[in-house]
Amino acid sequence: MPAEVVRVIPQKTRSTVLMVPALAWLTALMVVPCGLILALAFFRRGIYGGIEYTFTLENFALLLDPLYAGIFLTSARIAGLATLIAVVVGYAAAYAIAAAPRNRQPILLFFAILPFWSNYLIRTYAWIVLLNREGLITQGLRLLGYEGEPPSMLYTEGAVIVGLVYNYLPFVILACYAPLSRLNPELAEASSDLGASAFTTFRRVILPMTIPGIAAGAVFVFVLSIGNFITPALLGGGRFQMIGNLVYAQFLTANDWPFGAALSMALIAIMLGLLTLQAMVAEKTAGETREQSDG
Amino acid sequence: MSTLLSVDHVTKRFGAVTAVDAVSLDVKENEFFALLGPSGSGKTTVLRMLAGFEIPEEGRILLDGKDISRVPPNRRPVNLMFQSYALFPHMTVAGNIAYGLEVEGLPRPEITSRVGEIMEITELAPFARRKPDQLSGGQRQRVALARALVKRPRLLLLDEPLGALDKKLRAAMQLELKRLQHDVGITFVIVTHDQEEALVMADRVAILQDGRLVQCGTPHEVYEHPANRFTANFIGVMNFFDENGRTVAIRPERLRVFAEGTERRIEGTVIATAYHGLDLQLHVRTDLSSEPFVVRLTAEAADRRPVAEGDTIPIGWNTSDTRIFTD
Amino acid sequence: MAERSAASRRSLTAVLVLVLSFLYIPIAVLVALSFNEGGLPTVWTGISVKWYGALFSNRDILSAAFNTLIVALISTTIATVLGTLLALGIETRRRKGRALEALVFAPMIIPDIVLAIALLSFFSLLKFPMGLHTIILSHVVFNLAFVSAVVRAKLKSFDWSVTEASADLGASAVTTFRRVTLPLIAPAVIAGALLAFTLSVDEFIIAFFTSGAGRSSTTLPMQIFAMIRFGVTPEINALATLVMVVSVTALALSQRINKGIVAP
Repeated sequence: MPAEVVRVIPQKTRSTVLMVPALAWLTALMVVPCGLILALAFFRRGIYGGIEYTFTLENFALLLDPLYAGIFLTSARIAGLATLIAVVVGYAAAYAIAAAPRNRQPILLFFAILPFWSNYLIRTYAWIVLLNREGLITQGLRLLGYEGEPPSMLYTEGAVIVGLVYNYLPFVILACYAPLSRLNPELAEASSDLGASAFTTFRRVILPMTIPGIAAGAVFVFVLSIGNFITPALLGGGRFQMIGNLVYAQFLTANDWPFGAALSMALIAIMLGLLTLQAMVAEKTAGETREQSDG
Repeated sequence: MSTLLSVDHVTKRFGAVTAVDAVSLDVKENEFFALLGPSGSGKTTVLRMLAGFEIPEEGRILLDGKDISRVPPNRRPVNLMFQSYALFPHMTVAGNIAYGLEVEGLPRPEITSRVGEIMEITELAPFARRKPDQLSGGQRQRVALARALVKRPRLLLLDEPLGALDKKLRAAMQLELKRLQHDVGITFVIVTHDQEEALVMADRVAILQDGRLVQCGTPHEVYEHPANRFTANFIGVMNFFDENGRTVAIRPERLRVFAEGTERRIEGTVIATAYHGLDLQLHVRTDLSSEPFVVRLTAEAADRRPVAEGDTIPIGWNTSDTRIFTD
Repeated sequence: MAERSAASRRSLTAVLVLVLSFLYIPIAVLVALSFNEGGLPTVWTGISVKWYGALFSNRDILSAAFNTLIVALISTTIATVLGTLLALGIETRRRKGRALEALVFAPMIIPDIVLAIALLSFFSLLKFPMGLHTIILSHVVFNLAFVSAVVRAKLKSFDWSVTEASADLGASAVTTFRRVTLPLIAPAVIAGALLAFTLSVDEFIIAFFTSGAGRSSTTLPMQIFAMIRFGVTPEINALATLVMVVSVTALALSQRINKGIVAP
């Protein structure tokens, strides 16, 4: 074999080349459009719709208008309640799955997550069928002897919350199951050996170590709920404006793109704030766990 | 024997860390050569530079007199047996072994015959159609070896080849590897942190410490004439004590219990005894050093004059059996 | 987890039964109604498949289904290639920057409505005509992120020494990729592709905003949204059932492929 001197391509260059097509795609069709929206938020709405290219902070000022601030608060309340319910129910379900025999856990988890991958619209539509004035729940009540006027369940705040919980519950189960399944069972045994009751063990050992999963699930549900458009549109029947619907309206009916852009930026700001918070929680827990294993 | 491989003042840095620092060594044709050192000594980095996975910043690596230091791994007549074995999990045993010949573009009949031949030598023929996850640790090790050997490399590199095996299998494989190396007539360079393994298998041993070559020689040379205190301590067991501002060292087997006819003699208290089959190891506290002396007593001698913990016994030695270190 | 008493085991089972009922009863009701002869959600008049028949004679639905298939197939193909390369690129880097991580994570977490209006503004300001092709371009954005996430998860436990072994045995970089790396990550690549396909088939908001004005680029979720909003017909139960069967099958397949086959 001849002693050849070949220019060796450094690993770093090779890695970068592999990433270029995808990163270019993300830049062109996500970063740039989102940057555009950010810029749009600082322009004025034209008299006949359209955009007038003069700098203004009016769109952000408008966010504080009682009408819109109210919609923000309503959205936050609905998203907050949906998150709370989803986290409590989801954590309980994840705990039950993690407590099942090892060989049965994958299949239980699979069935808990499966609905998440069916169509969002269809899952929401299913609740229209159930909550309808003449829907299945009303009929069920009739069978039990209820005779009065059917309760109005569809197009209420409750319906929107149920829809959100229903749609995002599987994700919470998944997020909470991950840290629960990784938990060393000897920790709980050690705690009870040291005299802690089952409840104390849960509160002082299991819960603190699974906070990152809860935080991840909660942030996910809250972010997707507060920006949701489909569920309020279908189950709220248009009576409940949430931020998502407001954004939709600015772009497709009111034709005020700059204000719609400002609303989107507010959504992004909320999302980034919560993600930062979640990262901090995860880091803190990881740090504490490290200390424990070192000590 | 002629020189096959020359490592010439090779230096490799990772960021601020100098992993290998101006190491030079020669490996002769058909030699069984061991790179020995504790973890972090740079021995694996040297091996990876020989294989082509790292490029030295300074110095040259000559194989048959030609500089290969910048030749990529797939163009070197050098093969590596990985510490993890790195078997392809989706290929059968035969598939793993044939792979290197297939990518070389050899004709199918030649591949078949060479694969068959090496599987006979390594006793893998019955497992030809198995996947790696259906093999035992020892079988996997043999597949890794066969896969590299079938390429008939000029130089075979082995990264902790016996590290993943249990103690008994390891001892058997040490002799097996040595026999195989003799039979196939290929130069072996082995990396190990196990000094006993290196002494048993290798014709010559290079000892590395903190990226530097400390000593290179036959097992007998490095055991009997360690270059410094580190080597003395790393290879085998050594007792140290200070005398006249110098460090004096002596091997346990050179110490005589009851000090019959020795030049030097000292009293000590037995603080622990450990049974090792053929001999008894005594830990003897003396005034000479803070660490107790390790002394070996043959089973036969112990039967004649039993020694128990708490006994005060004389130990002695001859000055010619000691080594003096100034570092 | 530790051994527990019969009482606590019973309550944990009860939790599971309740949660799974909550998750599956609405879906089961839809499926059952799709076979209801009368078509009304209130009265059961007997089993029939006539609503499925009606689907296949509805031109709007058929064309929407066709559009959806085109969008999903093309965007999945592009996303699978780009996402896999991205995953390989990231995982072979010695150091991963935070900005890079954020960039590839963003498409999975950014609210659909925001990405949708951003793309709408982008395309319309560029005066780029919109249609199925803009839906495809947009779907690749989140699809490639999901593919790369699945492949990266696989690569995290990947033993890179096999690629070094391949190079050591004489294989070029291309041969190593074709004969060693790709076969070993194939289950994750296929699973990622199936996941992307499912996401694309089900995606509504981004498609809705980037489809342009013409009816010719209506996708199935857009059609379903219109049907739910403007007059529910019994056909929708049948359509919903079919769409669910498709996505659930794709996901189940993806789960199955990404485990087993190649044991680590």
